[in-house]
Amino acid sequence: MSDSAGAPLISLRQVVKTYGTGTAEFQALSGVDLDIREGEFVAIMGPSGSGKSTALNILGCLDAPTSGAYYFRDIRVDELTRNQRALLRRQFLGFVFQGFNLLARTSAQENVELPLLYRGEDTAHRHEASRRALAQVGLDGWEHHTPGELSGGQQQRVAIARAIVTQPLVLLADEPTGNLDSKRGHEIMELLVALNREYGITIIMVTHEPDMAAYASRTVRFVDGNVDSDLRKEAA
Amino acid sequence: MSQMLLNALLLAWRAIRRNLMRSFLTVLGIVIGVGAVITMVTLGNGATRMVSNQISSLGSNLLILRPGQQLGPGRDSAGAPNFKLADVEAIQNQVPALKAVAPVVGSRVTLVAGNQNWSSQVSGTTNDYFVAGNWTIASGRNFEPDEERVGKAVCVIGATVKTQLFPRESPLGAELRVKNFSCEVIGLLAAKGQGAMGQDQDDVVLMPVLTAQRRLTGNQDVSTLMLSLRDGVTAEPVMEQIRRLMRERRKLSDNEDDNFNVMDTKQIAQTLSGTIRTMTGLLGAVAAVSLLVGGIGIMNIMLVSVTERTREIGIRLAIGALEHEVLLQFLIEAVVLSALGGLIGIALAFVTCLGLTALMNMPFLFNPGINLLAFGFSALIGVVFGYMPARRAASLDPIVALRYE
Ligand SMILES: Nc1ncnc2c1ncn2[C@@H]1O[C@H](COP(=O)(O)OP(=O)(O)OP(=O)(O)O)[C@@H](O)[C@H]1O
Ligand SMILES: [Mg+2]
Repeated sequence: MSDSAGAPLISLRQVVKTYGTGTAEFQALSGVDLDIREGEFVAIMGPSGSGKSTALNILGCLDAPTSGAYYFRDIRVDELTRNQRALLRRQFLGFVFQGFNLLARTSAQENVELPLLYRGEDTAHRHEASRRALAQVGLDGWEHHTPGELSGGQQQRVAIARAIVTQPLVLLADEPTGNLDSKRGHEIMELLVALNREYGITIIMVTHEPDMAAYASRTVRFVDGNVDSDLRKEAA
Repeated sequence: MSQMLLNALLLAWRAIRRNLMRSFLTVLGIVIGVGAVITMVTLGNGATRMVSNQISSLGSNLLILRPGQQLGPGRDSAGAPNFKLADVEAIQNQVPALKAVAPVVGSRVTLVAGNQNWSSQVSGTTNDYFVAGNWTIASGRNFEPDEERVGKAVCVIGATVKTQLFPRESPLGAELRVKNFSCEVIGLLAAKGQGAMGQDQDDVVLMPVLTAQRRLTGNQDVSTLMLSLRDGVTAEPVMEQIRRLMRERRKLSDNEDDNFNVMDTKQIAQTLSGTIRTMTGLLGAVAAVSLLVGGIGIMNIMLVSVTERTREIGIRLAIGALEHEVLLQFLIEAVVLSALGGLIGIALAFVTCLGLTALMNMPFLFNPGINLLAFGFSALIGVVFGYMPARRAASLDPIVALRYE
């Protein structure tokens, strides 16, 4: 494989995540080892409760592991403060959620602009970047529509535009097609594949659906809080 | 860095705009509080100014002598004897500090001229009345000594009476029917306008005291004396002198109370404006409490809004908002809201004061100080009461917040 050269972008080493304390203690992740290289499109699958979302939250720096090491490039993420993790998120990461999570009664363009506002970008740059991102997801002309005026598939496109407007290294998606019918789901997947191919964005996606996972170049299966299998597509 | 602040303002503004109705309800308390404080203070200032204007128009050296004890709790003025013209003369002769001593005998009477009629206060008095009351004769003349001595049926009328009964023609020389007799108009008073209690001072008819006693009241009583001090004379010793003179004339023994009283109108006016100031302060304080309640309202709704917007806060945190940026945004939201509320309150107070002062014939004294203070205070309320909800919003865990339904 050509991309096996060089250090991985992301490395988890013996990552454990426990919830609760005492008798209610529950280990959602039990010593996960995982490497992800730049430019990969990884699908995370597995039964419900196997720790997929927990792992994705840790990878997305939304949460910190209980123990173990997380390297993002050469940064020890597990040793960062909450605020430092937020800075890392806004610098390198984009998120897409199952429930779209757009701001209601707010136009598509204002939703997409949101991450740029927090980065302190000026108006001109914000407008330019948000229009470009909306065009990338095939929504030019829809800038002034609010989520209530958009279909589910369109809302998820807006969410993707919001995630990529900052030109992140990694796009994290937790069941991005979970709320969509299969036709819209496939459209979203084609969009993600295009973003991965054309812009080299690394994508990590949790999904339940094997035909969605089929778009990825690699499928990691979780069972009981650990990696059960890790398959790369032949000759992608 | 300033771009950062600009963006934070924009974020806050968009959040406010997204929920206009809730935003409006949030600031309603502030609007009412600020409006009430400014209205109270402005009206109070206007009332005080009106009274002090009145002090100067009264002629500031006016004393009033009336029968009965000084009014107050548990005191009674009924049955106290009236004065006689002899008392007027005695005071005139024995109190040199007085510039004018005017008896007043009067009642409310219906006046008829031509086919017009009008009800007005008719008073019998002397030329001293014009001095004591600071009146000027606009046209015509005052009473001749002969007219005063024999009680001739002549009268001087106020501006309101002129407008009501002689709207077009000059009243001078005209016949005015007062009750059952006819009276010649010999003079017209210059208009004075409204009095301290809102009464119309120009609604008067004046005639010689003897005329009024014979034809109106039918007795020789004088109900009130208006006394004008000479310039530069202090009121207290003169009042004491009058008091001693009257006690002597009425042969009151040492253990008897006065059955008359002397008032200093300047003192009354000062007491009145002092009372108004106290009232203004009290009402202002009540209004300030309502402003505080408005602030608590902001905190309450902001706290509810943090819960309601948990998911939104989760989104913001997930896509890269830092803790202190969420804090800042919520704080700015609270301050922008309360400052807007303050501005609306100021506008509301302005309109209310404009209306009420016009209605009450009071001067409208726009007070920039209280407006600025109320505005600053409302913004401060935003900071103080917005901090706790903002703190709570910023400390949310993004994962928990995102999962919140
Ligand atoms: N905040 C939490 N507190 C306690 N337990 C939690 C918490 N979050 C997750 N868990 C538990 O950790 C386990 C893994 O949860 P996770 O959400 O990662 O599962 P998942 O693989 O994403 O499942 P699904 O496919 O249903 O989304 C589950 O048993 C869950 O109950
Ligand atoms: Mg999950």
